[in-house]
Amino acid sequence: MGRRLTTFGRIVRTGMVNFMRNAWLAIAAMAIMIVTLTIILFSVIANATFGHTVDQIASQVDVSVFLNDNVTDAQAQSFVSDIRKQADVKRVEYLNKQQAQASFISQNGNNAALQSAVFETGNPIPATIHVFPRNLNDVSTISKFLTKAKYQSLQTSGSPSYNGDRKKAIDNITHATNILRRAGIGAVVVFAFISVLIIFNTIQMAIFNRRDELQIMRLLGASTSFIRGPFVVESIIYGVLSAVVSVLLINALFVTASSSLQATSFGLLDISYSQSFFESHYWVLLSLQLALGILIGAASSVIATRRYLKFKTSKK
Amino acid sequence: MILLDRVTKTYNKNLGPALDRISLHVEPKEFVIVVGQSGAGKSTLLKLLTREERPTSGKIIVGGIDYDKLHDRDIPLLRRKIGTVFQDFKLLPNRTVFENVAFALEIVGVSTKEIKNTVPKVLDIVNLKDKADRMPQELSGGERQRVAIARAIVRQPKILIADEPTGNLDPKHAWDVIKVLEKINRYGTTVLLTTHNQEIVNKLKRRVVTIKHGQIASDRANAEYNVK
Repeated sequence: MGRRLTTFGRIVRTGMVNFMRNAWLAIAAMAIMIVTLTIILFSVIANATFGHTVDQIASQVDVSVFLNDNVTDAQAQSFVSDIRKQADVKRVEYLNKQQAQASFISQNGNNAALQSAVFETGNPIPATIHVFPRNLNDVSTISKFLTKAKYQSLQTSGSPSYNGDRKKAIDNITHATNILRRAGIGAVVVFAFISVLIIFNTIQMAIFNRRDELQIMRLLGASTSFIRGPFVVESIIYGVLSAVVSVLLINALFVTASSSLQATSFGLLDISYSQSFFESHYWVLLSLQLALGILIGAASSVIATRRYLKFKTSKK
Repeated sequence: MILLDRVTKTYNKNLGPALDRISLHVEPKEFVIVVGQSGAGKSTLLKLLTREERPTSGKIIVGGIDYDKLHDRDIPLLRRKIGTVFQDFKLLPNRTVFENVAFALEIVGVSTKEIKNTVPKVLDIVNLKDKADRMPQELSGGERQRVAIARAIVRQPKILIADEPTGNLDPKHAWDVIKVLEKINRYGTTVLLTTHNQEIVNKLKRRVVTIKHGQIASDRANAEYNVK
């Protein structure tokens, strides 16, 4: 036990000494690691922001139910409570005729002709139930529920409005968001993969420079872990430092540039959400980066040293 | 202590065997010199003993370890029992003399206190006590080789294998190295030395095994060696 502890201590210490002695190499390897970890972190945040934007769009999509004018308030309320019981439904909003009119007017505030048309004919707007799905993909099951005979009789023709023009719009949004979500995850995976390759290559070059040393140690009877250990420790140090720096970099970006970023439009992307996501997930993201840095560093050094630690097995 | 039974090693079938059915038996505490011209198979013989290479056929047993039954993971344990000295020294370039010798002990998990105690004593045996803090590149060839010997003997191995340790040295330094090997042998270590230095062989008057074209040409005690 004592010997093992001594050996473990030596491995860690040698790794740290090597890290200090190979300062330039360390800087080179870490620079690449920092860049790649930052890209990964950046794409994670971008993906989250994008997901948030998609959610925002999705939350504005609803199925509208228009009630006949002869439906009583009590009937409407019982219909609404039936809808609320559906598992796929996130939120239900009921507007009686007056509320529906007010909402229509406020939505078309700048169209005087439409407004006056509403008043001249004496409120033609039907009482409306807005049904917000939990998930865009649930829309069809909700609409199936709403078109049951006993409910359909309460509704005007053309209701629920999902069946009309809006069906196509909702279907398109559903389809697009599904594709974009997958693309976001795909981008993160691709970046992670590329960075692993680059880091692996850098560490392999570092080890290639010291292959003689590895072979000498081997000849003297050093065990695999004793030779490999310091390299793994060294790479883990790279990983930890790079992870911390990459998080600090993103942090600095948000701190120094947040005002100018918010003034800039990135189309659909909501930059203030990015920042709040980063801040609220700070420790999760930092641990994620640390785990990734340690994993990439350790794995690359284990694989890169393998070739120099092999024993001859062939008899030829 | 060392037993080879009809050992053959072929690197390349077209070139014929580097070693051809070699059988050799070395007793404990013996001092054996293996001579032969370059390419005769001396280095191959030593590489088989340190398990850098595997024999194409034949049996090798060193210090009771049968190489046929040796797992890869146990090769480091075998090498720790054998001290090895190489023609090109093979010192670790980024470590001081002291650290190079200490490395052999670190491998086996010896405590730092014991290392600080043992290493100076061994450096004293090879007359390098005052150069403990030098880097290898600051030393002469003879000094480097003595560091390598110190590293090989610090674990007090039962067997010391020296592959042309004087090959890169001038006569005076070569003789210093040989004297150290004799000293170690007197303390009870089996020494297997390869050389093609006629003068050293003739002065030592030990058992001489001559290898020619991969075969043992002669094996005599107190022998002399003449390069023909």
